[in-house]
Amino acid sequence: MAEKNLSSLSAANAVRIEALADSIGAKLHECYQCGKCTAGCPMAGSMDLMPRQVIRHLQLGLLDEALHSRAPWICATCYTCSARCPHDVPISELMEAVRQQAERAGIRPIRRSHLFTKYFLLPLKWFGKNHELTLTMFYNLASGRVLQHFSYLPAMLKGSKLKIFPARVKNREAVRRLMENCEREAERI
Amino acid sequence: MARTGVIICHCGSNIASVVDVERVALAAGQMPGVTYAATNKYTCSISGQDMIKQAIAEHELDRLVIASCTPRMHETTFRKMLTKTSINPYMLEIANIREQCSWVHTDKEKATEKAIDLVHMAVAKVLKDQPLFTSSIPVHKKCLVVGGGIAGIQAALDVAEAGYEVTLVEREPSIGGKMVMLDKTFPTLDCSACISTPKMAEAGAHPNIRLMTSCEISAVTGYIGNFQVTIRQKPRYVNHDTCTGCGLCEEKCPTKVTNLFDQSLSKRKAIYKLFPQAVPAKPVIDSEHCTMLKSGKCGLCSKLCPLGCINFEDQEDFITETFGAIVLATGYDLIDWAKAYPEYGGGKYANVISGLQFERLVNASGPTEGHIQRPGDGAEPKTVVIVKCVGSRDPAKAKAYCSRACCMYAAKHAHQILEKIEGSKVYVFYIDVRTPGKGYEEFYDKTRADGAVYIRGRVSKIYEEGGKLICKGEDTLIGKQVAVEADMVVLETAMEPAHGSTETAATAGVSADKDGWLTEAHPKLRPVETQTAGVYLCGTAQGPKDIPDTVAQASAAAAKVLGLLAKDELETSPMISVVDAPKCSGCGFCEQVCPVKAISMVDVPSMYNGKRVTRTVAQVNSGLCSGCGACSAACRTGCIDLLGFTNKQILEEVDALWQE
Amino acid sequence: MKYSYFPGCGMEATGIEYAKSLAFVNRAIGVEFIEIDDWNCCGATAGHSTSHELGMALPARNLALSEQQRPGMPIVVPCASCYSRMKYALQAAQGSENEKLSRLIGMPVSGAAEIVSIMEAYSDPVAAEAIKAAIKKPLDGLKVACYYGCLYTRPPKVTGMENCEDPQAMDELVRLTGAACVDWAFKTECCGAGHHVDLPAESKPLLYKIYKNARANGAQAIITACPMCMMNLDMRQGAVNMAYGEDFDLPVYFLTELLAVAMGAGFGECGVATHFHPAKKLLQNLINNKEVV
Repeated sequence: MAEKNLSSLSAANAVRIEALADSIGAKLHECYQCGKCTAGCPMAGSMDLMPRQVIRHLQLGLLDEALHSRAPWICATCYTCSARCPHDVPISELMEAVRQQAERAGIRPIRRSHLFTKYFLLPLKWFGKNHELTLTMFYNLASGRVLQHFSYLPAMLKGSKLKIFPARVKNREAVRRLMENCEREAERI
Repeated sequence: MARTGVIICHCGSNIASVVDVERVALAAGQMPGVTYAATNKYTCSISGQDMIKQAIAEHELDRLVIASCTPRMHETTFRKMLTKTSINPYMLEIANIREQCSWVHTDKEKATEKAIDLVHMAVAKVLKDQPLFTSSIPVHKKCLVVGGGIAGIQAALDVAEAGYEVTLVEREPSIGGKMVMLDKTFPTLDCSACISTPKMAEAGAHPNIRLMTSCEISAVTGYIGNFQVTIRQKPRYVNHDTCTGCGLCEEKCPTKVTNLFDQSLSKRKAIYKLFPQAVPAKPVIDSEHCTMLKSGKCGLCSKLCPLGCINFEDQEDFITETFGAIVLATGYDLIDWAKAYPEYGGGKYANVISGLQFERLVNASGPTEGHIQRPGDGAEPKTVVIVKCVGSRDPAKAKAYCSRACCMYAAKHAHQILEKIEGSKVYVFYIDVRTPGKGYEEFYDKTRADGAVYIRGRVSKIYEEGGKLICKGEDTLIGKQVAVEADMVVLETAMEPAHGSTETAATAGVSADKDGWLTEAHPKLRPVETQTAGVYLCGTAQGPKDIPDTVAQASAAAAKVLGLLAKDELETSPMISVVDAPKCSGCGFCEQVCPVKAISMVDVPSMYNGKRVTRTVAQVNSGLCSGCGACSAACRTGCIDLLGFTNKQILEEVDALWQE
Repeated sequence: MKYSYFPGCGMEATGIEYAKSLAFVNRAIGVEFIEIDDWNCCGATAGHSTSHELGMALPARNLALSEQQRPGMPIVVPCASCYSRMKYALQAAQGSENEKLSRLIGMPVSGAAEIVSIMEAYSDPVAAEAIKAAIKKPLDGLKVACYYGCLYTRPPKVTGMENCEDPQAMDELVRLTGAACVDWAFKTECCGAGHHVDLPAESKPLLYKIYKNARANGAQAIITACPMCMMNLDMRQGAVNMAYGEDFDLPVYFLTELLAVAMGAGFGECGVATHFHPAKKLLQNLINNKEVV
């Protein structure tokens, strides 16, 4: 691996990292790298950087490495790390903030997770509610996993667990506007 | 006409880099009553003091203002200097232009103006200063040591050896404290009991030491050299004057109670000695569990005792004695980890134990006679996990501080397991390994050579499955999750101040920090003194520490005590309250606000309209008055003044601030 | 007792058994859940992983609607994920973000109403008493593992849960049915349900460990109070068995299903009949054996 020259990192980098930490009230210096977060993480086995290492990269100013990590996308936001951290560092929230920033920068280390979010929000914007069938159809086609979860279909239909027609909010306009407001607000920041 | 000298100190660059000291001196020279004004680079130095002495002689000065650091720092220095001059040491005012000016400001112009104001105020006050004279009080040459752990024992022995009487008060039925519970001590691995029990015996037998076990401090009044201390003797229900400690009562007592000395790993009787080598080697009855005391049934011990020592009617007793010095050695407890760490099972797994429990397990006089056996089933554990920093360095769950001794005793535990259990494996989870002591790092090296596997990472969770304790951690050095299936887990838990220690200290006028550790007078330069003169502290009462540091500090406290007791008399501060009796209305408000009970109301004869009457007025006990000024502030008629800080002086200072 | 009710999208689809059994229990104990009119999806993980604003605003609209329709009435939320989002939004509405939230959702929101889970609603002394009184077919002899998952418990500063490593509320309710709750170590471990679409394989080791610990501690079934956890634990049990060469047979029940069955509900009536992993037999045998005795 290439050597990281820490003294050549730009000041702008530090400002971006500070803003990222500030946005969720995290104090990065409080982390003393004990690893209790990673030790209890249910998803760490699938991560390229351990949650602790994501923080370490941010502490050192290595923002790009953090943004390109798969870890924040694999994080299940179960908050086990945050609940056990000896310094109350909001690690789950930090992972989420990194993921959001990556997404906005067009960095998507796990395309499927990006697609899931995208197609979860699509029916939400149309109907105001989640619709499993719409989500599954779009997601399966876009991700190339056309038959994912197909085997569960009969049982789901039999138990009326799958709605063919989506449930809809009456004031769909309100929800759509709400979502657009949020998009604008997030971009502003 | 007053002849005031004003010295403005540079304090190197501490003051001079922010305050224009020459300008301050120039301004001071213009102030009314000032005869001489000059600056000095280091006023507190010998040469600085010489310069002042010279100026006093040359300019015939009769009072002095020094603008320098806080009076807490050098007021005593300068007063001492003045004793060698023609000026009374109390004709001195210090204007603090360092802590309250140069250190807290960056604007040089404004800081200089503020320094001039501060000097102006001090000059105004010094013009109203009166010469004051110290008096002296006798020193009661006897020392009280509170707490009979190794710190208290050491301090008591040192003072006693120097020839002074010592009373050693311990709330448990025996002295010995925590050290006597331990098996071996790091890094030398000498047997803890073998080195501490001789000291206990020595303290017990020393002609100058009076042991008072099962005792607590209930009240402290008085002042340095003359503390009146009330000690509560808890009922023991056994006459220790006649008891020979034969042990028959303990042997036959039918009631079994959880043995806290063994960290709940065994049972003891309701009439018991704390441990076999207890000093005094005589039993007491645990009133909470004795069936005779609870329900009037049994009384077996009383029937069996050949000397009739058992007395179920025993009552608590209060003894008041006078001491010249007090040493607080109240020690520590371990945190209740089960409450703080539900993720480690919260106490539901029998084989997850604390470090102190391990000490009892591995101790030859412990419940397993030194065989390391799991409390759950008595089996010998083959794989043991040691977790460090449980409650230490964890502000979210327990304590922010490092408990200082755990790194070393964790290494010792690892060593002992590997030594005693053939084929055993030990995994030590750590965050940092801290070994700053003589021979400590070498001991850590040795433990790794013994085969202990050190894993850098904090354990996230411990749970039981299939008869194993599964410890989940991360090896942060390889950046991977790791799990160890252990037979037993030892948690090296944080120290906290012994329960009740802050209350005991408060009784003696000593404060504690946010965690409850007792506060020393200065963290570096007065480490065993407290803000209350004549009260000293040592050992873990002051903060977590290991045995070598504890013993060193105990001897340091003893040295301070000896310095005090060696004096026949003590000078008292003349800056105390005085009552202008004719003006006093006798309302008694000052008596209520006085924190040291130095004020009492007395009847004095007086004349009213030509008749002899009796009036009630306030009177100040000059030995007790600490000079806090609360009475003066509270007095409605303005008849109480604090010498050195009279109302007139303070008003002059305030006036000076508003004069152009 | 009345609650404003935010069912969440799951209750209308995969969590249909939850909805059925919940209705049965409420009827039996005289508790009323009044659905918030025109509620919308809380956004779940997709919402808050997109932006902080979206994660807060979607649930905040539901808070605002409930405040408008039934001021001050506590809002009951039966899904752990929705519960978490609603609690987060509640905190935001009560704090410095209030103004921003009102602007984003286009209506005022105060955060005055309490958010409660099904467990909290039923743990109320009056409700718990009513549950006890309504038990007709006690389930004694049954040993279950109560699974709370992540979001009812963590982060504790949002959920307000005192012991987020070993919560007891569900255990206490289950014990009212006569069933015993095993003391196990995975009641709050994550099952990975949040990734059931994008990273379904990742949840297998998580589920495996949960099943393994439940079985090691003698549980015959797992109880949950979340449609997301239910779908994951129930639907994927077969796949986990296949992947690990195991034969876990741990039917998963909604807390309300167990309560309903104990209150005499038919299996079809309360949803037990339509689980992925067969769930009827265990309860059927238990009840039959008792009737024989």
